[in-house]
Amino acid sequence: MHPLLNRRSYLGAYLAVWVPLACLLTFLVKVSGGIAAPEAAILVLPLVALFSAVCFSAWYICRATPLRSAGFARLIVTHLLAALLLSFVWAQIGRLYAQALSRSASFTGLAVRYEAHVPILEVSGVLLYLVNVGFFYVLIAVEASRAAETRVMETTVLARDAELKALKAQVNPHFLFNSLNSISALTTSDPVKAREMCILLAEFLRMTLGLGEKSSIPLSEELSLLDRFLAIEKVRFGTRLQMAQEIQEECRAFLIPPLLLQPLVENAVVHGIANLPEGGQVHLSAKCSNGRLIIIIENSFDAENTSTRRTGLGLQNVRNRIESRYAGEGSMRVTASDELFQVTLSLPMETQEVLR
Amino acid sequence: MTADTGQKIRALIVDDEELARQVLRELVQTHPEIEILAECANGFEAVKAVAEHKPQLIFLDVQMPKLSGFDVLELIEQDMAVIFVTAYDQYAMKAFEVHAVDYLLKPIGRDRFEAALERAKQRVGKKLPPADQIAASARPPQRYLERVVVRDGTRVTLIPVAKLDYVEAQDDYVALATQGAKHLKQQTIASVEAGLDPARFVRIHRSYIVNFERVVRIEPYGKDSRLAILADSTRLPVSRTGYARLKSLLDDRS
Repeated sequence: MHPLLNRRSYLGAYLAVWVPLACLLTFLVKVSGGIAAPEAAILVLPLVALFSAVCFSAWYICRATPLRSAGFARLIVTHLLAALLLSFVWAQIGRLYAQALSRSASFTGLAVRYEAHVPILEVSGVLLYLVNVGFFYVLIAVEASRAAETRVMETTVLARDAELKALKAQVNPHFLFNSLNSISALTTSDPVKAREMCILLAEFLRMTLGLGEKSSIPLSEELSLLDRFLAIEKVRFGTRLQMAQEIQEECRAFLIPPLLLQPLVENAVVHGIANLPEGGQVHLSAKCSNGRLIIIIENSFDAENTSTRRTGLGLQNVRNRIESRYAGEGSMRVTASDELFQVTLSLPMETQEVLR
Repeated sequence: MTADTGQKIRALIVDDEELARQVLRELVQTHPEIEILAECANGFEAVKAVAEHKPQLIFLDVQMPKLSGFDVLELIEQDMAVIFVTAYDQYAMKAFEVHAVDYLLKPIGRDRFEAALERAKQRVGKKLPPADQIAASARPPQRYLERVVVRDGTRVTLIPVAKLDYVEAQDDYVALATQGAKHLKQQTIASVEAGLDPARFVRIHRSYIVNFERVVRIEPYGKDSRLAILADSTRLPVSRTGYARLKSLLDDRS
């Protein structure tokens, strides 16, 4: 679609450029002699209107020969040829028009007098065409920069959105309300444990809020958040939730984005253990090898009864974060057998804050 | 009211978390007119306990392993009062409101509990709205069934929809055909159809829904009608509209 037809303001600008040009040409034709002012106006104005319509289509030529990629020679040749051809044809049309006009009594001899002005018309036709082309290239540049701006904004919004979603997902309302219900049960049966759980929950929430603001934290901090999370879930699920950890000591200091593992462990509990009437195990391991930090989260699960779509959302969030943080340097692999669900993260070993 | 006649209301507590059951137990204990017959830690136990104890009132958790509270409701006789219990599930809560089913939110407060119990008492012995309708309105939009639950006596079977060959209407029931076996369920074929993904299941006849992937060919059969031949050589009637639906699905896929 032609951009001038899409935007009123552009069409306005286009016409605004043409009106003074038309007047100027009329004036030139008049002062070069032989043609009176009213005659010049009646002859020139429709011709300029016609030419503005013809030049309208020059936009397609401009689009087909972009400034940057077309090359100087091709640019010059294309537009010069187009300019010469169009203005020649235009002057011919002008001749026919002048002949038609001269049949009427008030324009006698106009066709003859017109001949003297053909060079002016042809030269100004070439100039007009070139001015137009310039105008269109400016237009294309404006459009391109506008599109680029929108794209940058969209990307920023998307990235922000992903981050926000990831952080929002940290405190699952389900987890919160169920934990509060457990506490409410414990207040009568085991007040000491109720207090412990209040504290665990408070610590978990405080850490979640605090960590979310940092761009990286040592693995050890994430692990202590997970300890709280699992301790709370353990109170809820009782013997149904078994936990095991295998963490290589040297790994604890390496940096990871905050709250990267928490959604994975939450998934393991909510979509793995919670779906098994008899419960199962969540196994967490971390080791360093070949300059990479390898973190594996495993859980028992029931392949037939787990909605992969729901688990998929949480996993996708983590995958997006790894992608945007490490580009091709980090990876996440998900495998599911009949009874075991496994997420393996492979991240570059970072020991200090990487400036982004 | 039942309590006035000296008869106790027989009740059941169903929740997979021990502490959640404990809260309900404590709340119920202040009501001598209610007798807790059993506590169940999952849906399977619940279906069994309902058959065994014939309770009049059931406290039913929504999120439980394998069988959700909605599944349980589909599998039991529905002439008892039900109070659903959930921590947080916006769709379930909407469904309860729409169908005027009592529910409690965790953590459960005394006042809410009393109010729900009072209402539930009025409903003892009355029919519930159809379970499949409540379950359908609790499903998030554009989400289809991943499995169907059926009960034979007290044995509960979960049929993943991928294993479903076809569904046949039989009076008030539907027969769900899977791997050579047929399971009967009290449900209308229209409500089964509404829960199944239209990109995978087609209503080929007033009385039949077929798993599109099982159809190997279509044969003409008499005037205006056809037969669908399935992979296991089952022959199902296809009506004219059914044939149009099959064809449009085929066009969508190719």
